[in-house]
Amino acid sequence: MTSIPNSILTLVAGILLTVVSLWYGYNNGLMPVAASVEATHVDALFNAMMAIATGLFIIVQGVIVYSAIMFRRKKGDDTDGPAIEGNVPLEIFWTAIPAAIVLWISIYSFEIYGEMGGFDPSAANDMHAMHGGKNSAMAAEMPGMDMKAMEGMTASGIGASPASQGKEAAVNVNVTGLQYAWIFNYPNTNITAGELHVPVNQEVKLTLKANDVIHALWIPQLRLKQDTIPGEITQLRFTSNKVGTYPIRCAELCGGYHGSMVTNMIVETQENYDTWVASQIQPAETTGSAVMQSTLASIESMNPATMPTHEYLAPYAHEMGVRTEMLAKLVRDQQAKNHIHLDS
Amino acid sequence: MTANISLPPVAEQSSPSHGHGERRWQDYFTFNTDHKVIGIQYMVMSFFFYLVGGLLAEGIRTELATPDPDLVDPALYNSMFTMHATIMIFLWIVPAGTGAFANYLIPLMIGARDMAFPKLNAVAFWMLPPAGVMLIGSFYFGTAQAGWTSYPPLSLTTGKVGEAIWIFSLLLGGTSSILGGINFMTTILKMRVPSMGMMQMPLFCWAMIATSALILIATPILAGALILLSFDLLAGTAFFNPTGGGHPVVYQHMFWFYSHPAVYIMVLPFFGIISEVIPIHSRKPIFGYGAIAYSSLAISFLGLIVWAHHMFTSGTPAWLRMFFMITTMIIAVPTGIKVFGWLATMWGGKISLNSPMLFAMGFLSTFVVGGISGVMLAAVPFDIHVHDTYFVVAHLHYVLFGGSVFGIFTGIYHWYPKAIGRMYSEFWGRVHFVMTFVGFNVTFLPMHILGLQGMPRRIAMYAPEFQTLNQVCTWGSYLLAVSTVPFLVNALWCWFKGEKAPDNPWNALTFEWMTSSPPEIENFEVLPVLTTGPYDYGVEEEEHLATIAS
Repeated sequence: MTSIPNSILTLVAGILLTVVSLWYGYNNGLMPVAASVEATHVDALFNAMMAIATGLFIIVQGVIVYSAIMFRRKKGDDTDGPAIEGNVPLEIFWTAIPAAIVLWISIYSFEIYGEMGGFDPSAANDMHAMHGGKNSAMAAEMPGMDMKAMEGMTASGIGASPASQGKEAAVNVNVTGLQYAWIFNYPNTNITAGELHVPVNQEVKLTLKANDVIHALWIPQLRLKQDTIPGEITQLRFTSNKVGTYPIRCAELCGGYHGSMVTNMIVETQENYDTWVASQIQPAETTGSAVMQSTLASIESMNPATMPTHEYLAPYAHEMGVRTEMLAKLVRDQQAKNHIHLDS
Repeated sequence: MTANISLPPVAEQSSPSHGHGERRWQDYFTFNTDHKVIGIQYMVMSFFFYLVGGLLAEGIRTELATPDPDLVDPALYNSMFTMHATIMIFLWIVPAGTGAFANYLIPLMIGARDMAFPKLNAVAFWMLPPAGVMLIGSFYFGTAQAGWTSYPPLSLTTGKVGEAIWIFSLLLGGTSSILGGINFMTTILKMRVPSMGMMQMPLFCWAMIATSALILIATPILAGALILLSFDLLAGTAFFNPTGGGHPVVYQHMFWFYSHPAVYIMVLPFFGIISEVIPIHSRKPIFGYGAIAYSSLAISFLGLIVWAHHMFTSGTPAWLRMFFMITTMIIAVPTGIKVFGWLATMWGGKISLNSPMLFAMGFLSTFVVGGISGVMLAAVPFDIHVHDTYFVVAHLHYVLFGGSVFGIFTGIYHWYPKAIGRMYSEFWGRVHFVMTFVGFNVTFLPMHILGLQGMPRRIAMYAPEFQTLNQVCTWGSYLLAVSTVPFLVNALWCWFKGEKAPDNPWNALTFEWMTSSPPEIENFEVLPVLTTGPYDYGVEEEEHLATIAS
């Protein structure tokens, strides 16, 4: 009676494995701050997948290490192991379990994607708009954009969450990605800025386009990313629920200074947001915003593909993640290289 | 069913004056049609490019040791990672797997005297050195800088010469790959010894059927995409250029229609190698031969309908995102069948922890991590966060380094005694494994966290908060670089000075071990006859006799 039955050992190991997997899955702490409801949804999915991943990882690595220790060939033993060529029930078991797991993850992802607004019929899925036809509704949603350029286009991306479908977002922003900066235009107030200001707990809709090459707008704290594609309109809708300053990074390779295509999203209280809007609308020379606006507008109208990097890089120096001295050096390097590459 | 061709065509010998089993060293530098020469040519050439690609990787990691772009010009940095990926994929993993191992092993494993089309085989090989020379040479003219994915419009604006050279090199590599695929498929289906049915083939042959099918179906699409891209680049057309009415996302579809299957082209041969190595060094039959054979075909088929999971944040509609999420998830099932089959093969066996087995177990350990992160990446909401970040960089290296490169080393150690005729040094093989395994995990494990935390891939400059983890990665990559030294010394030293290898040092049952080490020019003095299954370890002697009698 001194030995514990195998079935009990297996049961204890199973319970331990489950506890450890669940604990690590839900306490992994690998994600940055979640600053929106959508981000919380994504984290729930991620944590569930991490729990499953931890369990699988421990089982597989455990079997490898256990085999390496317990089933090592003894010195001088040149005989073969047992001739087991398979076991159909076992094979069915390890086909069915992974199948069930991936099916469950698929359904869960489907649900989360819906919660995030991925199935918003006015956005991601609009086959009618995709095939041209009547775009008046869509065009009305995107004031300030070049109407002609939008004809026959659909906006793919993340649309409104089920709760706010069919409603206008509280804040609309047109985003332009260009080498190597983001430009944010608020069509209702005609503010143009290099940083994205949004009020907390209000739904925001970004309408994205690109002037030169493909970029991708990524806000890690919102768990949202969307490519901006030349000749196509894409969109993102979200509601951030935490005041703070979060980085916006370009995630799609867009050229030599791709890594410097960084700016900030400032989520602020409604009052602070209103103050910011008011400060931007004032045509006061002292703030320099008018100068800034005209600079940005002229830059946006240029075709950067035909220009060397350093010419349109300068206005954004203060908003880039690169120090000013470093930028100066980079531009010098670029100029030196121009003799070799661009002129040839 | 038996093969139609009972006597395979005799290989042309470039040196007919030499007798059986004699091979001049000069043959390795000529247009030789012996599949074994070509296999070794592939292996040595691709290993050279591994060192070149590795050097580029060390440059990249050194640049990333600090947040500022202070080592190289950012444009050159982009060239470096573009070339790193291109070389590692098209000149190292693909030629090593489908060129070196498939060429060397298939005829030996099925009892053939050479490949079905020996001249085509040599042509396929000799397309690669010019492709590689052009790629490396393009550093002089201004290399392609748009990543190995080369998405337009960026790829159309970063320098014509480099991009054109890149396109042409890939077309050469792709053509070489297609010629190889035709050869492997034909050889396996038509040139087995009459006694070997499909279900008696070594599993490596099954893996190569699946690989060749993917090559033949998918590679022409890449060629199409690249030719259209070259028109946009050189002739001013607008297939993918939005300013002329083209659509850049169409290129992405065409590119990934090949390049996702390419992942399986790069890993299926190593699934085959692992299926050979684990039973032999565990002294047990493979667990579930049929399941492992057919799951290769399932992976091959499913691999063709998952490509758009690389485009979840692109301009793709929701239904498309959902469809490709589900197909991608399902591909985990046949992959899981293989992994569990290998684990069950080891379970209860008599395992020798020699170099090939250590690398095979390392393969299992790291590939599973890549497989798990792959399933996570398939989930659209999560992928939207981590797409184009270091999480993906970590994932792909766990699959292509932890999977393919560990598989290459498994195969090199396992068949070294056969191909070279001498034993490698077991001690240095183990040192090589430990350094590679530790270096690999130190380099790539932290990248998962970097990606989740917000570091995009393909950047030369990054936020200072990511520096600590990046430095860990950089130190790991230096260890990886050093780990090639014991391998190179071991492989080169033992090539000339190693202990002579017996014909069958592992007591294996497949045909390649039934001939001399190294095999004579036409492989077999007398064609072997199948008396056992490929993995009948521990099966009673009476059963062997019964098999022969039937």
